[in-house]
Amino acid sequence: MKIKSTEIVDTYAEAFKMYGCRFIITAENKQWAMAAAQSVTGFATSVIGCKCEAGIEKLIAAEESPDGRPGVSILLFTSDKDTIGKRLLERVGQCVMTCPSTACYNGLDEGEPVIVGGQLRYFGDGFQISKILNDKRMWRIPVMDGEFLVDDTFTYQKAVGGGNLLILGTNQKATLRAASAAVKAMRELPDIILPFPNGVVRSGSKVGSRYKSLIASTNDAYCPILKAVTKQTALNDQINSVLEIVIDGLTLEAVEQAMLVGIHAAAKPDIKKISAGNYGGGLGQYQIQLHELLKRDA
Amino acid sequence: MPLHLKLHTTPEVPLEAECICPDRMRGLSIDDINRLIVFHGNREMHLADFFECSGNNDGDIRVAGDLVNVKHVGSTMSFGLITIEGDIGVHAGAAMSGGKILIEGNASDWLAPEMLGGEIEVRGNAGHLVGSGYRGSTVGMQGGEIFIHGNVKNETGHCMRRGLIVVGGTSGDFTGVNMLAGTIIVIGEMGTRTGAGMKRGSIISLTKTSILPTFSLACNYSPVFIKQYLHYLLKKGYDIDSKIINGHFERWCGDAVELNRGEVLLYAD
Repeated sequence: MKIKSTEIVDTYAEAFKMYGCRFIITAENKQWAMAAAQSVTGFATSVIGCKCEAGIEKLIAAEESPDGRPGVSILLFTSDKDTIGKRLLERVGQCVMTCPSTACYNGLDEGEPVIVGGQLRYFGDGFQISKILNDKRMWRIPVMDGEFLVDDTFTYQKAVGGGNLLILGTNQKATLRAASAAVKAMRELPDIILPFPNGVVRSGSKVGSRYKSLIASTNDAYCPILKAVTKQTALNDQINSVLEIVIDGLTLEAVEQAMLVGIHAAAKPDIKKISAGNYGGGLGQYQIQLHELLKRDA
Repeated sequence: MPLHLKLHTTPEVPLEAECICPDRMRGLSIDDINRLIVFHGNREMHLADFFECSGNNDGDIRVAGDLVNVKHVGSTMSFGLITIEGDIGVHAGAAMSGGKILIEGNASDWLAPEMLGGEIEVRGNAGHLVGSGYRGSTVGMQGGEIFIHGNVKNETGHCMRRGLIVVGGTSGDFTGVNMLAGTIIVIGEMGTRTGAGMKRGSIISLTKTSILPTFSLACNYSPVFIKQYLHYLLKKGYDIDSKIINGHFERWCGDAVELNRGEVLLYAD
């Protein structure tokens, strides 16, 4: 199957069951909201080393935010539901509460509850104030620029992580350009994030390593400099650069839609193939077939 | 189609009509509803002696007529909707825990005493002691929301512990007296002795008002939670200038004769 001159490989992305939540950061202006958003989503590219995956979902206009100030919507994902509250507590406490003028609100209407503001309130040392509006409890925690307003309870739901695309190009510049175009198109969609820097990852990994202490190591099958060395290369003579886009979403449908949009946007002249990463189907709960996505869209 | 109750005989003395409540009418036929007990003064009578009843009993009740002498409508209600097509007498919504009472006219004194939850909206004015505790009781309103678009008289939110009271017009003296917690917002002017004896809680005034000497000024700032409350009130139909929503408030802490953990927030720009 081809889109223009790009071959879409008949394979699938192996995605995993995760737990995800959405929260909204607002601030006095867009710059401060973004400062907190960048801080709270920092070092959150992969659960392998960061314990969670997080990213900016979208900007929120002042008239659509809970307090009438500009905001940013964040999605955060973990592999298990027991740790999502801990990650939220750490990140909201250290990256949002610390940022001037911010407030932080739950962004999901339904799901399982996890207490965030109700834990952070103890920073108020007894001076914190509870408010209940429209059956929702918030905490006002005194800080040096006024007070930090945070929802008592956030919610999380079952989600999907590890949706991915591999973009195989003739050179690094063209592959970067295609990946950037795909990221731009995918970021227009709701309910998903691309957790890696600028949405793109170059150090795709395989499961296991020749070193016993490592659970993952470089995906040598897709490393161009190993084409002549490794026995299992997936790259032909024309391919000299590979980039991956990883997608986490609140639903499988959101991840699939993002992959579809990404495939179309990345299919450019110097991109020889678009593929997806999997582990033989034995690890992830979801197999997102690239050809099926395209057939469904046709 | 809601259940219609139309007053055909105006009571000469206060009529205690606790039975006008979705909880007490649940599952009853029109005949059963007609036989519900009301107290005309100290005389036990039937609802049909005063009201003409028609429609479907589906938790939505509309009450029409001169109801200023009808007490306790919606007392202890936990679900459904009662619409009062005019004025209503004292103790409406007493200890209610859910549902909504919409009063299209004015409410008398003791509106929603010791309310636990639910919502009351008054399109006109309300009397004394809105959302208060009964005399001798240490706790008043403990939850829910009361929206009054007009004025209220004295002791609004007396010893309230939780919930929200919003006054679109002016409030009388002793607003939030002995308040334990919760939020009172007054868009118009307030009388004197606001927050006297309050332990915790927030009284927010969008106009300047006199402050008791037992309150001390903490700072002038722009609280985010007020923005959220005022946006909520915009959705509820109140007319609030965006200048106020984004404005600064003086935070007065008190009452120092009590815990000193309460606050009066006065619009300061």
